[in-house]
Amino acid sequence: MEFFLVQSLNGISYGLLLFMLSSGLTLVFSLMGVLNFAHASFYMLGAYLAFQVSTKIGFWPALVVAPLLVGAIGMLVERWGLRKVHKHGHVAELLFTFGLAYLIEEAVHLIWGRAALDYRVPAELDGPLFQIMGPQYPIYRGFMMLVSVAMLVSIWLALTRTRIGLVIQAALSHPQTVEALGHNVPRVFMLVFGGGAALAGLAGVIGGNAFVTDPGMAASVGPIIFVIVVVGGMGSLAGAFIASLLIGCMQTFAVSLDWSLAGVSIAQAAPMLPYLLMVLLLIFRPKGLMGTREG
Amino acid sequence: MKYAPLNLGRWILWSGAALVFLIAPHLFSGGFALTMLTQMGTLILFALSYNMLLGQGGMLSFGHAVYSGLGAYVTVHVLNLMGKGSFYLPVPLLPLVGGLAGLFFGVLFGYVTTKRAGTTFALISLGIGEMVFACVRMFPGFFGGEAGVSTNRVVGQPFLGLTFGPAIQVYYLVAVWCFLGMAAMFALTQTPLGRMANAVRDNPERAEFVGYNTQHVRFLQLVLSSFFAGVSGALSCINFEIVSEENVSAIRSGGVLLATFIGGVPFFFGPVLGAIVFVFFVVALSGFTKAWLLYLGLFFVLMVVYAPGGIASLILMQFPVIRAGRWRELLVPYALAALAGLVVLAGLIGLVEMVYRLSEQGASTVLTVLGVSFDARSAPPWIVLGAVLAAGLAALRAAMRLVGERWGTIQLDLQAKAAP
Repeated sequence: MEFFLVQSLNGISYGLLLFMLSSGLTLVFSLMGVLNFAHASFYMLGAYLAFQVSTKIGFWPALVVAPLLVGAIGMLVERWGLRKVHKHGHVAELLFTFGLAYLIEEAVHLIWGRAALDYRVPAELDGPLFQIMGPQYPIYRGFMMLVSVAMLVSIWLALTRTRIGLVIQAALSHPQTVEALGHNVPRVFMLVFGGGAALAGLAGVIGGNAFVTDPGMAASVGPIIFVIVVVGGMGSLAGAFIASLLIGCMQTFAVSLDWSLAGVSIAQAAPMLPYLLMVLLLIFRPKGLMGTREG
Repeated sequence: MKYAPLNLGRWILWSGAALVFLIAPHLFSGGFALTMLTQMGTLILFALSYNMLLGQGGMLSFGHAVYSGLGAYVTVHVLNLMGKGSFYLPVPLLPLVGGLAGLFFGVLFGYVTTKRAGTTFALISLGIGEMVFACVRMFPGFFGGEAGVSTNRVVGQPFLGLTFGPAIQVYYLVAVWCFLGMAAMFALTQTPLGRMANAVRDNPERAEFVGYNTQHVRFLQLVLSSFFAGVSGALSCINFEIVSEENVSAIRSGGVLLATFIGGVPFFFGPVLGAIVFVFFVVALSGFTKAWLLYLGLFFVLMVVYAPGGIASLILMQFPVIRAGRWRELLVPYALAALAGLVVLAGLIGLVEMVYRLSEQGASTVLTVLGVSFDARSAPPWIVLGAVLAAGLAALRAAMRLVGERWGTIQLDLQAKAAP
């Protein structure tokens, strides 16, 4: 029982982290039609910048500064890169972000080296939060959940209650009309792209020290969040939320169970479970859990 | 039956290609050149098969290494069984085994991936690639775990006196298969299926209204493409005598995408150029600098932004100008742009190498270029190289503007002449 409770909490906190990544990806995709292949690279940049900033001025300022820096990089990328490729179509945009992912990974190799960084959980968040009949639950996991939920609520409020949020929502479905009403839609695009990057950066700040900060972190998380976007249905935030929690819990439970099937234990099969889920879903429900778009 | 005149240009081009395959090892002799040529042949086949998806079918795949890699795994096991004397198959026919294996997995995975097109197809192909990669670790019995499966290509009776021990024999095996594959893939572009693939790429809705099932067309195109990918996988297995998880990895899938795009997706022969450039980058440049992947990535991004048609389009663009005899007007702007580009390159490479020296543990921070030594930990080289880079970029911008102006006037003149 306690095993189930702790694993569920771990799964939910991992799932919420995944949703912080996939929500930015989904927002950018539904607004601009661009699937940002470098999204996980912004997650990695967030962790690395947070490490760099936290060694100078501490973890708490880094929690704010690093995502802002990543967001600024994202805006620069949109303004000076993506916008130039836009006229060549979506495939060119996807290829551009694919190349960008290469560049960011190599830049990280060059600047910080190939080994994992010693990016640690701050001392005040290190330790058990509570104890359930044996296993302890770390404070940091609780903190991660808190940050994720706070972030998601504030995004939801910003999208539905503020003026710029309404403009973004309108630009999602009717960019021409919004432009005709006098709003600068390219600037909205730039802001959303930067915002998505900043979200990924924040996920990096709180995920980098909980898991691992090394140059392979983008390549290991990237495919998972793309699977989430496909499973949830392209462009659906609600679908991405369900899929994130589903895959987060599935991964967490799989690595801790010792059942086995045909000589392969569940823990060994854990890395391929999300992909298997995607394949099954595509066979039986090709548009994804909550998807509406075809093609 | 329509009247088709003898296409002389095409015959000359293909005979020329065959001739290049034939004499290349004699032009560039030495073991290193031969290794590179063999790898180029393998990658040419792989990149052409990839372009059957991206260029001809409009399917951006991030997991094409699955088909070549699994083809290679099956080939390596067949080769090992032959080594044990279980049965006999001439080594030159092994690529057929790899191709059939690729075809089989193309049927299996293609059924899922081709359900969707566009961005979703790209993501699904990525997911399938990751799934297969995860399988390699899960089933060490077949995939050999992290070490991979090694083999020996010299098995059984020599085939027509060929043992395939010496590298030159392997080169010619690769060359023959590469040439046959090129011809077959070109022939496929001329078939109704090849044409329908183009239609599905350009306008799936209209293709559907004409009465074609777009999913079926994509599926057939992917299955055929995975056959050729499997052939190239088998060739790489024969060449390296080892197949490991790297063969099905996302790195390999990304590599073939880079090679194909750099060469030129809209043209049949584009991937050939791309494969040659890519192997040069990987084999030659990686010996000089650890940052070669950064340079390759930068080159790729620049191509995406400024030359989406790849190297092939840049070359083909020049032909009308040369035919009109106007190329002399472009010589000076091109030379200026090349010069400015070299300056940019010098500044960039200098900065990148300094960053690298600073970050690597135990590396000397003192660099020597043309007899001048400087320390990456001091400020002056940063300032000088930064200034070189900035000046180069400004000069390149000006030179490109000049190129653009000249190019524009020539194009206007040519158009005016074409439509009086």
